[in-house]
Parts: sequence; C-alpha cells; structure tokens
Amino acid sequence: MSNKARTSPIRTGAIHFALIAYTIIALFPVFLTIVNSFKSRNAIFRSPLQLPGPESFSMIGYETVLKQGNFIGYFGNSLTVTVLSIALVLLFGAMAAFALSEYRFKGNTLMGLYLSLGIMIPIRLGTVAILQGMVATGLVNTRTALVLVYTAQGLPLAVFILSEFMRTVSDDLKNAGRIDGLSEYAIFFRLVLPLVRPAMATVAVFTMIPIWNDLWFPLILAPAEATKTVTLGSQIFIGQFVTDWNAVLSALSLAIFPVLVLYMIFSRQLIRGITSGAVK
Amino acid sequence: MTLEDDGGHAAPIKRPVRWHILVFLLPALIVYTAVMILPLFQTLWLSLFNTVDGQPAFVGLANFKVLFGDERWAASFWNAFRNNLIFFVIHMLVQNPIGIALAAMLSIPKLRFAAFYRTAIFLPTLLSFVIVGFIWKLILSPIWGVAPWLMSLVGMKTFFAPWLGLPGTALIAVSLISVWQYVGIPMMLIYAALLNIPEEVIEAAECDGITGWSQFWKIKLPLILPAIGIISILTFVGNFNAFDLVYTVQGALAGPDGSTDILGTLLYRTFFGFQLQLGDRSMGATIATVMFLIILAGVSLYLFIIQRRIRRYQF
Repeated sequence: MSNKARTSPIRTGAIHFALIAYTIIALFPVFLTIVNSFKSRNAIFRSPLQLPGPESFSMIGYETVLKQGNFIGYFGNSLTVTVLSIALVLLFGAMAAFALSEYRFKGNTLMGLYLSLGIMIPIRLGTVAILQGMVATGLVNTRTALVLVYTAQGLPLAVFILSEFMRTVSDDLKNAGRIDGLSEYAIFFRLVLPLVRPAMATVAVFTMIPIWNDLWFPLILAPAEATKTVTLGSQIFIGQFVTDWNAVLSALSLAIFPVLVLYMIFSRQLIRGITSGAVK
Repeated sequence: MTLEDDGGHAAPIKRPVRWHILVFLLPALIVYTAVMILPLFQTLWLSLFNTVDGQPAFVGLANFKVLFGDERWAASFWNAFRNNLIFFVIHMLVQNPIGIALAAMLSIPKLRFAAFYRTAIFLPTLLSFVIVGFIWKLILSPIWGVAPWLMSLVGMKTFFAPWLGLPGTALIAVSLISVWQYVGIPMMLIYAALLNIPEEVIEAAECDGITGWSQFWKIKLPLILPAIGIISILTFVGNFNAFDLVYTVQGALAGPDGSTDILGTLLYRTFFGFQLQLGDRSMGATIATVMFLIILAGVSLYLFIIQRRIRRYQF
C-alpha cells in the first residue's frame, strides 16, 4: 500500500481540490435554500449568500406555510403511504425470495424471471390501465391505491436482492430447525428473517426513496386534498405561492428536512448497501 | 408449476404437495401481477382500441397511424422523442463521465475525508424532483440574481441568460439539473466496482510500471466496463420514462414552446388532459406502448448484445 506513485502530495492535493469543488456544487443549492428560508424578504434579495443575522432573521415564510398549507396532513399521508408500502414490500418480498431461494420446484427459474421483469420495465407505463382499475374498484383518491402501486413497484428489486442474500444462509441451521420439528413458516420467520435483517434494511432504504419522492402517481391517482403526499403538496403549494419567496423557500426547506435527517441516520447503511454489491 | 418435491433424489419418492411454497409466493405474486403486469399488458392492449360512435371498438393499428401519420400528432411525438434523446445523450456525456471521475478519485486508497465527500455528493440524489426543480428555478431566476452574481465572481456575468426561459437552452438547462441530481448513482456503482478490483491486479500493474492515468485507462477501466454498461442502461430506462423534473420546472406544457417536452410529459398531457386539451385514453395508451417498445428495445440491446460482448472478469 505504501506506494510512492499513489501518494504524491501534488496529486493528492489536486484530487482534494476537485472533490471539494464538486462537494460545494452538490451542497450549495441545498444550503442556499435552507439559509434563505430563515431570512426576511429584503435580506433574501439583497444578500442571498449571507447567514441570517439578528436583523435579517425571520420566520415569516414558515408561518405562511403552516397557516396556508396543510403540510402536517401531507406529511402524515406521505408517512402512512411510505411506511405501509415498505412493510408490505419487505414482508411479501422476503416470503417470495425465501420460496425462490430455498425450495426446488418446477418453474422456479421462470418465476424468478417473471418477478424480475419489473426491475427494468417501469410501472409508469401501465398508468392508463392502473387508473382505470382504480376507478373501477373505487380506490381513486385513497392512500390504498398508492400503497398497492408502490408495493408492486418495490417488489421486483426486493425479491431479487433478498433471494441473493437468503442463498447465503446456512442450510445446516435450517435443517437443524427441521429436525427440531419447526414448520417451514417457523423456519422462515424465526431463523431466516433475523439473519437477513441487514439486507432488509438496505431494501427498505432503496424502496423508500422513490416512494417518498414520487410525483406521478399521487398526481394521477390521489390528487385530493385529503390524500396529497408531501411531494405533491409542496409542488402545488409552491405553484400557488410563486411570488412569495419566503413561503417557497420555507416549503422547500420543510420538504428537505426529513430527507436530511433520515439520510444522516441511514447514509452508512445505504452506501454500504450499494457498494457491497446488493444491486448489481 | 408443480409444487411436488423433485429435489434431486435418485428414486423419485412421492411427497405431499408443499403448500407452504404457494403460501410464500402468493402475496407477492398477486400484488405484482394485479397492479403491475396486468395493467401493463392491458395498456398495450388498449392502444388497439378507440372510441367509435361513443362505443369502444377495436381499431387495430389505427391509433399508431394517427400518432405517426397525423401532422400535429407526429410533430409533437417526434419533438418529444428528439428532446428525450438529447436528454439521454447529455446524461451519457456529462453525468456518467463525471460519476466515473468522482468514483475514481474516491477509490484512491487511504484518501482522507472520502466518506464525507461520498455522503455529500450523494445527497442530491435523495431529494425529490420537486425540491430540486424549484431550487434550481430560483437559482437560475434573473429576479433573485444568485446565478448572475456567482458568474460575476469568475468574470462571466455577461454570459448569463435566463436559460430556462429560452427555447434554445431550456432543454440543456433541465438536463443539467437532472445530471446534478443523479450523478451520485453512477458514482456509487462505479465506486463499488472499483473497490472490487483485487489488490493483486493493481500491484501487478505497478510492478510493470503502469501507474496513475495509464493505470486507470489500461487496467481499471476495462475491468469496470460491466458496471458502465449497467449505469448506461439504468440511465436509458430512467431518462425515457422521466417526467417529474420537466413537470416541476417547466409545467405540463413543457415550455417554452414545447422545447423541453419529453415522452413522459407528452404521455401525461395526452392521457390525463391539460387545460384545454381533453384526456384521451386510447392515444395515451398508444404513447405508453411506444415508450414501452423503446425501453424494451434498449433493454434487449443491452441484455443480448452489449452484456454478452463485455467480457466479465472473474476473480
């Protein structure tokens, strides 16, 4: 490892310079939004890059957002939809992955291929018929419609990743369980599931991001005030308040905030998940 | 599919039907089939129907004839397709090379703060298009003046223009916003591929005097070609069903003057309707079918040609 060619100080310096430059490009817009959301309207325009001081500090934007928009309701909807979808994706996905990785039966490979079709073909292309189906079953403008769609959307990748992991669980352990008289269900829920928990966490994070951020399905399947998610809610709110810069910046900051917090908690998990080859 | 055990016993022993396999598979299978696969094929099927005299009727390929033959439909379809292609090309030329370069720098052994850079650069990928779209709309807005001010720092203020509002530059500006957001994905996948290159290979290269740049081009790049193939196909699929960013930044009409219209926004307007345009389910299904065929062609090209040509190195 101690190779001179790899660690010349000039090269290391240049690399740090490039990485710092790109880090600034990546973080600057987010920083700018959050900082300005705490400033008065004049300060936003006069000195956009200054941190809020005692004179320029203002929460007026947040007051408008909380008074005018139903953001707490939107958060609730997003949270319900995301949590329920993840729970279903994990449970159904793990069950199917267990069946595919544990048992040999005719059609196993075919079933695996069928379930992985959805990794490459986006569910969006079926929207016309999905909307039709939701209208027919009376599920339009319900959170159930979103949960169903997101569960279907998340399952292919979940089955794929989880079955790779389940193949690594030792056969001896499962056979010992069988000799002790455990049913196949008990083996799955009590022996295998606890062992693949890290993989489940990875899948949960991967599933969560596109669901929380999706605009297409809330816009088409559940645009009613009572079922709006936070992504759709902020889209519409900002569209209506375009000229109220304080409100727009505050709404954006409120939408960024939960993602930032979750990222700080789960970034190691997420990055480890990607780099360990969970998605290849 | 049979659920009887044929688990490789020399003498086939008749075993009871293993219902638990069905129980394990069924929930996923039902939701996936009912909400994803069936609607997908139903949409393809719907593209062969249209309303004739107030009744849904089978019209064969007539909808496709309208889409490609009718002057107005064809003009908006090819406009959206061309824009989508440009959108994709910009991603391939800007996002993926930057992603590879960042990954190459991050994977240098014992680089300090590597974890911090990685975490920070990946952050925008997690934000929703709504957030990203509006933030950039504000920054590029001539009213706020952040972009002109930043450009004046490097003496380029005269080059500033309201890019998002000009038909000639809006598509490039929107594509670059999307690149800014998604550069983290190629970076992470390439980074993972680079970490998987065994130390012995690198050491052998160094013994032969291949270091630095030439080491990257001659040793590492060929080894990460499969990962580059994967990010290319992911970019392709993502770009050809993109919608949210254009909708957020430029609205459903994908202005100015349709210059940022891509297939996703065209599908939305056609099938759902917008302002004076009424929603048209049949034409919506037709456009969705064309998008499906485009994506299918790309994925097949990747699976059957590119992936087979790329040599996979097994360590």
